[in-house]
Amino acid sequence: MLVGFALLYVVVIAEPTPEVGGNWRTTNFGSLFDDWRSFTRTLLNGLTFAGLLFIVASGFSLIFGLMRVVNMAHGSFYLLGGYIAYEVQQEMTGQGFTILSAEVTTWEWIFPALVAAATIAVVGLVVQQVFLRWNQGQELRQALITIAISVIVADQVIAHFNEGIASTITWPGWTDRLVELPLLGIDYSLTRLVVLFLGVLVAAALWAWLYRTRTGMVIRAGVDDRQMTSALGVNIQRTFALAFVVGSALAAFGGVVGASQGAVAAGQDGQWLLNSLVVVIIGGMGSLLGAAAGSLLYGLVFSFSAVYLPTTGGNCCTQYSIVFTFILLALVLAFRPQGLFGRAA
Amino acid sequence: MTGLAATKRWVERGVGLAALVLVALGPAVFNDYWADAILTQTFIVGIAAASLIFLSAYGGMISLAQTAMMGAAGFILGNMVTQSAPGGETKGLTLGWDPTLAIVLALLGTTLLGLVFGAIASRSTGIYFLMITLTYSVIGFYFVGQVTNVSGFSGISGINSYTPGFVGDMVNDRYRLYYIALGVAIVVYVLIRYVVRTPFGLALQGVRDEPVRMSSLGYAVPLHRTLAFGFAAFLASLSGVLLVWWQGQIAPGDIGLQATIDLLIVAVIGGLGRVEGAWLGALAFIVINNYIRDSWLTELLDDVRIGGSFNTIIGLVFLAIVIVSPDGLIGLWDRLWGLATGSRDPDRPAMAPSPAGQQS
Repeated sequence: MLVGFALLYVVVIAEPTPEVGGNWRTTNFGSLFDDWRSFTRTLLNGLTFAGLLFIVASGFSLIFGLMRVVNMAHGSFYLLGGYIAYEVQQEMTGQGFTILSAEVTTWEWIFPALVAAATIAVVGLVVQQVFLRWNQGQELRQALITIAISVIVADQVIAHFNEGIASTITWPGWTDRLVELPLLGIDYSLTRLVVLFLGVLVAAALWAWLYRTRTGMVIRAGVDDRQMTSALGVNIQRTFALAFVVGSALAAFGGVVGASQGAVAAGQDGQWLLNSLVVVIIGGMGSLLGAAAGSLLYGLVFSFSAVYLPTTGGNCCTQYSIVFTFILLALVLAFRPQGLFGRAA
Repeated sequence: MTGLAATKRWVERGVGLAALVLVALGPAVFNDYWADAILTQTFIVGIAAASLIFLSAYGGMISLAQTAMMGAAGFILGNMVTQSAPGGETKGLTLGWDPTLAIVLALLGTTLLGLVFGAIASRSTGIYFLMITLTYSVIGFYFVGQVTNVSGFSGISGINSYTPGFVGDMVNDRYRLYYIALGVAIVVYVLIRYVVRTPFGLALQGVRDEPVRMSSLGYAVPLHRTLAFGFAAFLASLSGVLLVWWQGQIAPGDIGLQATIDLLIVAVIGGLGRVEGAWLGALAFIVINNYIRDSWLTELLDDVRIGGSFNTIIGLVFLAIVIVSPDGLIGLWDRLWGLATGSRDPDRPAMAPSPAGQQS
């Protein structure tokens, strides 16, 4: 019912906001029939946001699915990854704070991203080996430990990285333009398409790794039955360490992409922890498909509710889009407590 | 029960009573700074932490939504009682309702919200419950951040000038607030001790330990969890009302992730197994907060070239406590007593490797 109305609202009912006033049907954009260009643009925004969500949340989901560790420091890894790449890029280009996009080569974006991902992978490995290996099975204690780590990281980021103020990584020059999309007939930012492409790339790589290699097979077996896998002679500890390395690197890579698209700033660790949580709660823990579905749903709801919710004249800055995130979460949990693609605990 | 355990109980009661007498004397013993800044805050934060510990100790649910509940009560109260200042910038809805009515509505509204939130999360346990309540908390924060006609841009201030007559002046008479907070804290403690002895409380503890067995015995497991969550939301709303009187204002930052984690740290420092730990943890946290900020310790951090501020220290303390004594200060005391007397306390709630914690 509710979902049906929401769809109907977006497709047919919504009207663009007039200059003054407005009623409950008015939005920033018109409905699909009135104004299908902005509809398509919103759709694409949702998809590209979903791409970024997937990069970050798939790492979170991988770690949780295999090890039952809720890594509350996942958002901190995102933050650290973004800042490290920022520092490296500043160092490479030798510029001050602002870098012109045209002066950045592709390599000057990829190298900082690689450095950030590799550094955070090592950080993740250390955290797992030092703090999480000896208390396996005590989920709550592990969650508390990672919370403590996230508190420390958040403070240290402010102390050491650009005082925690918003910092932007510059995309390579060739991406900084609008492309005309065939068939749709709209101009769209190429960088956003790159984000979408990277999301799909990560998804494809993860799929190939998990479903087409021996290591991936072991990981999937571990997700299903940890004890049995280890009884079959698999070195499960090495698999755990590997999952943590990959998961952390994904968080950092997400941080680089996020910092390139928008900016990375102190306080975003909480936001991205929330994003990862929402995605995996909706999609189901430890499932690659679930992470993809969760990212898509959350990305689309986020993007559409931001522009299609009724606005009334006067209060300029009030938004209700967060309410829809909550409604989405509540709906999924009410019908499938284990998430869309999760299995009952 | 062995004689030793009884002795331990008497020791605890003695210490508790002594502490109570000490704080009841209040102004005679403590200077203004301690009474107003530290102890009043301890009572208030302790109530919120007690609601968290109640859920964890008796329901097996670690809730991170308690700060959001505090904030809900605070924002409801703030929106209802304040009146738009003449000529001034209006913040919030400024309904200007009767304060007594507003308090009742704030408590009821928050409890209702808790029941709804609890119902949604009630089929999840353990680590899932923690994650879902964390999303509640963060969503609550972004809600007040986005919906600015409810939260004002930077929060609602001057709430404590609108109090009902029977409460009295909250702005100038700080000892009045001190005793009110103390009174509410005692009531909350007694209430929790009472509730866990009622049939509902006993069933809740059954649900904590053996949800499947309780369910097959005919108990409605999700309903018990929902009601417990609603009750905890009610306790948190009491704390929220007191908090806005103490601060005079409520802002989105009061329920942010930092505040949520701080409350969790308070509860963990105190000990997640027993309600008394709430106020112990609150006192420890607030004293550390007030005395370590910008002191020799932060300078020490600079000297060893780590840098950072108070949060790095509290994070390290938190990390150390979770690693060394997951039962917090209360757990430490239990362990010390066991070491000193060579006995194991049968009452000791085993929090760290509890069955609830190992569910997957």
